[in-house]
Amino acid sequence: MRLLSNAAALLGKEVRTEFRSRELLSTTIVFVLIVVVLFSFTFDPTSTESHRFGPGLLWLAFLFAASLMLQPCFLREQVNDTLSALRLAVVDPFAIFLAKIGANTLFLLLTELLMLPVFAALFNVTFRGQLPGILLTFFLGSLGISTAGTALAAISAQARMRELLLPLLLLPLLTPILVAATEVTVGLMSPDPVMQWKGIGFLAVFDVVFLTALWLFGEYLLEE
Amino acid sequence: MDLPSERKIGLRFTKIEKRYGAVYALKNVDLTIAPGDCVALTGRNGSGKTTLLRIASKLTRPTRGELSFSGMAENGNPQAGFVAHTTMVYDELSAEENLLFFAKILGVVNRAQRVEQLLREVGLAERKDSLVRTFSRGMRQRVAIARALLANPSLLLFDEPATGLDPEATAWFIERLRKLRDSGCTILMSLHGESEVARLATRAVRLEAGSVVADTCAGATFQSIFLFAGG
Repeated sequence: MRLLSNAAALLGKEVRTEFRSRELLSTTIVFVLIVVVLFSFTFDPTSTESHRFGPGLLWLAFLFAASLMLQPCFLREQVNDTLSALRLAVVDPFAIFLAKIGANTLFLLLTELLMLPVFAALFNVTFRGQLPGILLTFFLGSLGISTAGTALAAISAQARMRELLLPLLLLPLLTPILVAATEVTVGLMSPDPVMQWKGIGFLAVFDVVFLTALWLFGEYLLEE
Repeated sequence: MDLPSERKIGLRFTKIEKRYGAVYALKNVDLTIAPGDCVALTGRNGSGKTTLLRIASKLTRPTRGELSFSGMAENGNPQAGFVAHTTMVYDELSAEENLLFFAKILGVVNRAQRVEQLLREVGLAERKDSLVRTFSRGMRQRVAIARALLANPSLLLFDEPATGLDPEATAWFIERLRKLRDSGCTILMSLHGESEVARLATRAVRLEAGSVVADTCAGATFQSIFLFAGG
């Protein structure tokens, strides 16, 4: 119970500081917007093409944005060594990860939801009637990106060349998410929409596996 | 008000060694701190004081050796109050928000009252709504001290605690430390040279190049402590 209340308090702090500074969220949104616009200029997509590769480009943009967004989540705790204060205070270090994952998922989801109409307009795709499926895919994909990314951010925060290390580790590790989420999104945005439950199942399993691994071994990632 | 004996914490460092690559931060440190001791760690820069404090807080794992606790902490981690070199508080939150946040995580009961009381004690009640990033070094240190005292810990670890404090705040801190020591808190603090805070110590331990080179037990005179603290 203390674990959840610790995580809730930490999540509240993460959200409060982010909405106060709006540094991370605004940067990420602008970054995804630029990437999506550049993709649309580069490929000049016709409707058929955009249904085929548009969702892949969208998820690539989300992945790039995530690598940008995840970097500071532990680096910010190093400024005044607040991570040590958290480690001393929390009942279980997993609470720190739960809060960071929750905050990163929330910020990523917000970015994705803001970008969805922009993407639909630029790539001439419709998702009418498929919003619940898209939201589910976005949620599971974002949770997977945040879970794996938060773990890697904790590792890379203590390393030299940390700014380069995170994307180098993150992008290959998240390839399965990219593939599964893209497949599901392609199905949902096609002219004859179909929900690919196999992809949804894969995303859910990925999330559960990484959350369990963090619960079991996360403590070691926070050690000096 | 004395701490009940079951709340008092003792520490025992057994052959503690800490290496960073080929560099030894601590070498073969054997040290027993009885419950209720107030120990001043002295020594030059890089002598291993901070590393020993971080090992005592369990933030850093020793390369070799063992740290054990006696008293209430035998079955787990003691909740130590730690004031480190860095303030360990969030710049983007106000003083009050910082303390309320940590009080919530620590499970402090009546946290609004406790936070208000500590803010008054450290002289920041009037600036409680200001963001910490607008504070001077001394004011940040006062927030850090308040944070460490939030949960009434029985073990206090201070790394040069008077850093940045003005004479008025230092006087308050010394008085508070005296009360904590007299109430049975176990205190381990690193100090640089002769200071007013050192007068509160009941024992002084001097480190040199990661090893304990002198240990003046309880009952030592202030003069001998100052001799050790002298640099």
